[in-house]
Amino acid sequence: MIIARILGTVVSTQKDERLRGKTLLIVRPINVDGSDTTGYVVAVDTVGAGYHERVLVVAGSSARLAQGMKDVPVDAAIVGVIDTVDVNGGT
Amino acid sequence: MQLARVIGTVVSTVKNDSLHGRKLLIVQTVDRNLDPSGKPMVAIDAVGAGVGELVFWCRGKEASFPFKREDTPTDCTIVGIVDSEKHVTR
Repeated sequence: MIIARILGTVVSTQKDERLRGKTLLIVRPINVDGSDTTGYVVAVDTVGAGYHERVLVVAGSSARLAQGMKDVPVDAAIVGVIDTVDVNGGT
Repeated sequence: MQLARVIGTVVSTVKNDSLHGRKLLIVQTVDRNLDPSGKPMVAIDAVGAGVGELVFWCRGKEASFPFKREDTPTDCTIVGIVDSEKHVTR
């Protein structure tokens, strides 16, 4: 899993039936020290995360294993909101 | 699978129900001299590892196999602890 920060939302009306009702968010992977990396991922939100929060993103076919994602065509899902990251004794 | 060092922890209160009770650790792969080399990732712990330990981990869908495999959304799991760095033959 990677740590990412929520950058924004995506609105899509015409989409696969199984994506109906799912929230799509744009997230940017970040380093453990909180600094930004480049690039972005569109991920389905399963926890109700908000703008600019740090979240856990699971990628690949494992994204479908999150509760409520069974048989949904996704390869990235937000599965947790991060409270703290502690690396080598510092946050 | 790859060797990695556990370098930190992650706390998440609000998370997908299927991750409740799982311990989240930050791991970083190591090179042949056991020095840090890769990009740190968040992994679920399946074996009771702690910060500073040398572990091996698997990625991809197989990462969910130590748990309820159809219900645990993880793409990165610690599946073993290396007994001692002396046991890593290079």
